[in-house]
Amino acid sequence: MAVQYLAANRFGLGRRFDDPAVDDPKDWLTRQIGDYDPAPAAIAGLAGREAIAIAYAEYRDERQAMRRDATNAQMGDDGGDAAEAMRRMARAGFRRHYGEAASARLAAAVATPTPFAERLVHFWANHFAISADKQTVVGFAGNYENEAIRPHIMGKFSDLLVAAVHHPAMLLFLDQAQSFGPDSVFATRVRNRGKRQAPGLNENLAREIMELHTLGVRAGYTQADVTNFAKALTGLTVAGLGRGAGQRLMPANARPGETVFVDRLHQPGAQTILGKSYGQPGAKQAEEVLRDLAVHPATARHVATKLARHFTGDEPPAPLVGRLAQDFERTGGDLPSLYRTLIASPEPWAAEPAMFKSPWDWTVSMLRALKAPGLGERQNIAAMFAQLGQPVWRPGSPKGYDDMVATWAGSAALMQRVELASRIAGRIGDRADARVLAPLVLADALTPETAQAISRADSPGQGIAMLFASPAFLRR
Amino acid sequence: MILSRRSIILSGITVAAAGALPRFAYAAAGTPKRLVFVIQRGAADGLATVAPTGDPAFAAARRALADESAGGVKLDALFTLHPSLAQTASLYTGKQAHFAHAVATAYRDRSHFDGQNMLEGGGARPYGRDDGWVGRLLTLLPAAERDAIAIAPAVPLALRGSVQVGTYAPSRLPQADADLIARLTAMYANDPLLHPLWDSAVRTQELASDIGGNNGRNGADLGKLAASLMMPADGARVMMVETGGWDTHSGQRGRLAAQLRGLDQLIGALQTGLGPAWNETLVIVATEFGRTVEVNGTGGTDHGTASTAMLLGGRLAAGGKVSADWPGLATAARYEGRDLKPTRSLESVIAGAVAHHYALDPKRVMTTLYPDA
Repeated sequence: MAVQYLAANRFGLGRRFDDPAVDDPKDWLTRQIGDYDPAPAAIAGLAGREAIAIAYAEYRDERQAMRRDATNAQMGDDGGDAAEAMRRMARAGFRRHYGEAASARLAAAVATPTPFAERLVHFWANHFAISADKQTVVGFAGNYENEAIRPHIMGKFSDLLVAAVHHPAMLLFLDQAQSFGPDSVFATRVRNRGKRQAPGLNENLAREIMELHTLGVRAGYTQADVTNFAKALTGLTVAGLGRGAGQRLMPANARPGETVFVDRLHQPGAQTILGKSYGQPGAKQAEEVLRDLAVHPATARHVATKLARHFTGDEPPAPLVGRLAQDFERTGGDLPSLYRTLIASPEPWAAEPAMFKSPWDWTVSMLRALKAPGLGERQNIAAMFAQLGQPVWRPGSPKGYDDMVATWAGSAALMQRVELASRIAGRIGDRADARVLAPLVLADALTPETAQAISRADSPGQGIAMLFASPAFLRR
Repeated sequence: MILSRRSIILSGITVAAAGALPRFAYAAAGTPKRLVFVIQRGAADGLATVAPTGDPAFAAARRALADESAGGVKLDALFTLHPSLAQTASLYTGKQAHFAHAVATAYRDRSHFDGQNMLEGGGARPYGRDDGWVGRLLTLLPAAERDAIAIAPAVPLALRGSVQVGTYAPSRLPQADADLIARLTAMYANDPLLHPLWDSAVRTQELASDIGGNNGRNGADLGKLAASLMMPADGARVMMVETGGWDTHSGQRGRLAAQLRGLDQLIGALQTGLGPAWNETLVIVATEFGRTVEVNGTGGTDHGTASTAMLLGGRLAAGGKVSADWPGLATAARYEGRDLKPTRSLESVIAGAVAHHYALDPKRVMTTLYPDA
């Protein structure tokens, strides 16, 4: 059993070159629950919600202006080129927030003294996945993880859920910002004017909360539950991004990028969800539903299964899932209690490292192992992970990235890793000795074959590339 | 093709940083001589490249593969050039191409790696030498003609020796070097997950480096790149170009046609790119061994023995000729009953062409390039 390696890689993010030796891996992991810093230095100084919202609005206005100019100019003169250049500049402005946040995320992961907790940040951000495919979401992606996920991973699952659902990134990604109560004051007025189709309900967020964030697919909820939940959620929207009439509905003091509840968009009346009637006024209604969903036995089971899979493999052992689900129900979704149960359980420690590291995990563990920077200062971090097949905060669906071996273990993916390992090893050259590094980072997972292969490398750089491409290092 | 100083991978202290220099045609009197060695990794089928259509046993042995020769240029009474090699055929007509047939190195087994090691190293047995015949040739050349470069991520064995050699790997095709790939292949050999993944990854990468891809344009790009590295006043004078994808065990007809089209375009782009310098250039195209006379069950051919080598350039000793001490394709005439029998050593063909090209003493060239022969 490779206990040291499992603690460092299955639970952590790979051993850092300067990490002291760990005598008691379980104690080392448990202590991280208390030592966890929700606001590490690496993410300080990133743009806030308001700056992000303004950058997006500027981009959108530039785009509109360009379209107008193009129409006026009837195509093709110098004015079109100038507008195009301005549009690109504005676009670069709001994309920059994404790129900077992705780089900061990597820096935080490489530097963290609490890698188990940092892995949990990544896990929960992926459980409550948003995807930076939509223009409106791109700039908010990093802020979402840093402000909705990080502060809550050592608390109750219900608080984490409420924070995730209320963040602008989630409201925009799953169309909540454009979902209006069919009988809300606003929709009724539009209908009475009879000028255009009345705005209505969008069920996207309600459905994904039930299917992906809480109960799990086919957990017994009905279409009526989804529709009623969607009605309860109406009124939640994001300030500073809408245009025209929608903008005038916002509270006067709302800052751009702020989540707001607009009563005139909210569907009036009680809603029945999973057999229970919710009659709370305004924003309280949806929050009560969320808090009930958060402690539902199906949610306990769903979260337990995902957590167990992340720390054991494709087919999580039933006893571990059962133990975590039981713990979840008993504590009302107390996350530190779940982590302690996970650490104390035999299953995550039972097997040899059999999970295939995701591109993110693999890259982070590589950079942690090296004292010298493995990447150039000008390296575009977001582009690098896109190339490796795991773009940061862009899984392409609200389901997030999955934790199956087959998702990451592909032949082209393997070649790309070898190429990146080669490139990094080329930068490092003889500033690191793979023969010294191997026993440190592979610890008890270092096989005689790998040690020998590394020692026979034809150059220090080749030895480092072989260490990072070794069967053990690719796994966790 | 834009080359930057950064993308030149230095393996030694002196290398031609081609892209960093002004690019003008070097056309002054006393043009230095240039040599290009194009290696065909994977055992190219000489019997399809220069098809012995006049051999009575050819059509029966090659069955469907024999038909493709129909559209090719007749070189003489016995041989027909593959129809994909149109520009090469024009060179032949202009006495700027020569084909040496039924040639092989001293190697008589059928492993690609051992065979390539012999072809490049020029030793008497696999892994007998750790330097290569081109590397040893450099010691015979005047300083002005000695700058050598390989279009490869690392210096190939053929170019290794006492003279420093540069390599250039196009940065749009980042590739792990062949040696690392070989070591990882060994490392993953017993890993049930990684072994098949890696196997497929390596095969895909080999396909991606095929010159036949993109309707031959990959070959043209490679030829253009090679010429641009050799054109500047202090550019490379000796060049090695790697081509892969010749191991046609199945579906040979289409694959080989594409490969040869790529090779043809590579040669054409070299000639065009070198301009007047082409007249002082020798191009040698050779492979580690040939392929079976008979077609196998999957429309391909398996590892054989003798094959064809090509010599191209402005001042060949015997341009416009196919040279062969033809052994015949009848079963009894074959090597071990299956392969084209080698009747001449590839080493002597290469040494002879090089000696003529550089006007060096043939004996001295032979003992330097192939000291173990």
